[in-house]
Amino acid sequence: MKHTISVIVENKFGVLARVSGLFSSRGYNIESLAVGMTQDPKISRMTIMVKGDDRILEQVIKQLSKLIDVIEVKDFKQGSYVGSELALLKISCASKNRTEIMEIANVFQAKIVDIGHESIIIQITGSGEKVDALVQLLEPFGILEMASTGMVAMLRGLTERNNENVHEYET
Amino acid sequence: MKLSGADIFIECLRKEKVTTLFGYPGGVVIPIFDKLYDAHDIHFVLTRHEQAAAHAADGYARATGKTGVCLATSGPGSTNLVTGIATAYMDSIPLVAFTGQVPMSLIGTDAFQEADITGITRPITKHNFLISDTSKMADIICEAFYIASTGRPGPVVVDIPKDVSTTTIDFTWPEKPNRPIGYKVPHEADAKIIKKTADAINASEKPLIYAGGGIIISGAHEELLKFAERISSPVTTTLMGLGGFPADNPLWVGMPGMHGTYTANMAFSECDLVIAIGSRFDDRVTGNINGFATKAQIIHIDMDPAAIAKNVEVDIPVVGDAKAVLNQLLAVVKERKPNGWNTYIEEMKNSHPLTYGDKPGVIKPQYVVEQIYEVTRGDAIITTEVGQNQMWAALYYKFNKPRRFISSGGLGTMGYGFPAAIGAQIGQPDATVFDIAGDGSFQMNIQELATAVEQKIPVNVAILNNRFLGMVRQWQELFFNKRYSGTNIECQPDFAKVAEAYGACGIRVENPADVTDAIKEAISIRRPVVLDFIVDREENVWPMVAPGAALYDIMEG
Repeated sequence: MKHTISVIVENKFGVLARVSGLFSSRGYNIESLAVGMTQDPKISRMTIMVKGDDRILEQVIKQLSKLIDVIEVKDFKQGSYVGSELALLKISCASKNRTEIMEIANVFQAKIVDIGHESIIIQITGSGEKVDALVQLLEPFGILEMASTGMVAMLRGLTERNNENVHEYET
Repeated sequence: MKLSGADIFIECLRKEKVTTLFGYPGGVVIPIFDKLYDAHDIHFVLTRHEQAAAHAADGYARATGKTGVCLATSGPGSTNLVTGIATAYMDSIPLVAFTGQVPMSLIGTDAFQEADITGITRPITKHNFLISDTSKMADIICEAFYIASTGRPGPVVVDIPKDVSTTTIDFTWPEKPNRPIGYKVPHEADAKIIKKTADAINASEKPLIYAGGGIIISGAHEELLKFAERISSPVTTTLMGLGGFPADNPLWVGMPGMHGTYTANMAFSECDLVIAIGSRFDDRVTGNINGFATKAQIIHIDMDPAAIAKNVEVDIPVVGDAKAVLNQLLAVVKERKPNGWNTYIEEMKNSHPLTYGDKPGVIKPQYVVEQIYEVTRGDAIITTEVGQNQMWAALYYKFNKPRRFISSGGLGTMGYGFPAAIGAQIGQPDATVFDIAGDGSFQMNIQELATAVEQKIPVNVAILNNRFLGMVRQWQELFFNKRYSGTNIECQPDFAKVAEAYGACGIRVENPADVTDAIKEAISIRRPVVLDFIVDREENVWPMVAPGAALYDIMEG
């Protein structure tokens, strides 16, 4: 099962290595990981997407909670959160295709952030599915490069402390 | 106040009440050693290898309950500590290991004697720090000691670049100690869980208490005794838990697991309730998990939520400190009178005692351990190496008090016992200390004879010398057609002469009739003694549960 894990950490060097080390030492591959500051510059938030056996994942989450620099770990339930990622796509683009590509981007509410003689860069934000759909449509034109962030996620409503929205591991 | 980083370092040790420091110098820590030269209130013990400094600090911690402290230089000094740090990590021992580092400006340049020790020790420490600025020194050291000694204890590495210890700053001591934001120390368990736990205990006809090292760390041995007697429950203590419950108490059934007693292992298979306290269902304890305690509900009381339900499914998880939780339970658990279960256990104990054969004129290793027990009246601190010596010490010495058995349980580190004995003896100067060793393991840190002689401590080493790497040989005999690949170590020194060469005392014993007198003589000599007992070469450790087998398939030899 796919899990979306939010990890609130102290913003110190080495913390990313500690967190990712817990996954890698158990042979777990992180699908995506996004790290950034929160409203408090001393505190960062990581959003980790990971697939795997629930029992082992429970162990990883408990081990994450044990790390000294980790303040809080939450495993978000499906549907209880808003998640978004960002991707940049460089498309091979002769001038005759420009209009068509721009129309497709428009439908996805993606932005054209750069236009050159032979290529165009599109920026899209949204769910992973939305990004995937755009990629599929643009593939026939030739995707020259792609860069994407991991998902960042947040629970809905004033329910950060509402345990109904997270998988319980605390014993 | 103008202070250098090294000044602050020494002052921090004083504030943490550190009186003994084990270590080894090197280039980047000379500024710290220079300050240590004048710090007469801190006893510096120079080991002859950094690994021994870590083990000695660990042995000191286990014998005293205080945090052990060691110091090594950068690069190879720090990597030599690694085995000692991993040993302490696996057994939850409070240890602060200081390492020197190349100056901040050289980090990452493959400088001379540079190693990324915080990176290397990340998976084997509770936490680690690189002090990047002299102004952070005091806060970090304070936090390091706090983290190492609280909650589930463990080793913490503090890496100190050379320029951080030489820089002088205008310094005022922080008013309050630095504490990590997300770090919680569990104490009492949730009241609802206690109720559920007590109900299960009150309903049990055939309980079994399975107590581990957590009892000793938490200092819960008295509470455990009261609790076990209240519910008349048989008690098994793990290797790490030995001494957490008195071995002379009739409720004690011995150690469980691969080399556990028949009764302890069968009790797991027959009981209707396992009450695990400060133990972690290690694979060496459970045997094949599919055949483990199949008729029982499982209560798991542990400080560390991540230890719960890690290896076995648990019915009632209880997060809390062993002592606090036992006190909570003592307030609500009803008295249980001994019943048929107790009779059944008693009969098993009588019909399946620990035994070993006799060979005229040949010293049996078990006999040596028994005699050390008899002569010291069970009151010595016993450290062990790893292998057969460790199992015989655990089986044949009866521990009635905590902090008397000191052994590398989780990592199984050969070479641990002797430096740990030195640390234990320095921490408990009045105790009689024996390292029960194998001839293989002892050679892994034999150079520490110099440390023991220099420190003028009366530590004893009893080598059960079979000229084999005995435990591996035993597996080869039983499971590999007696193909003794890499385990014959007949080429070895005369250990008694080696001891004498170092300035210690050496006694070689070849006759069973001389065993007891040799032990008595060793204790009477107030300096380091090496007793070289030439024992039966191919004696095995029994009982044994074969790897992969269930506990009830125990072989008794």
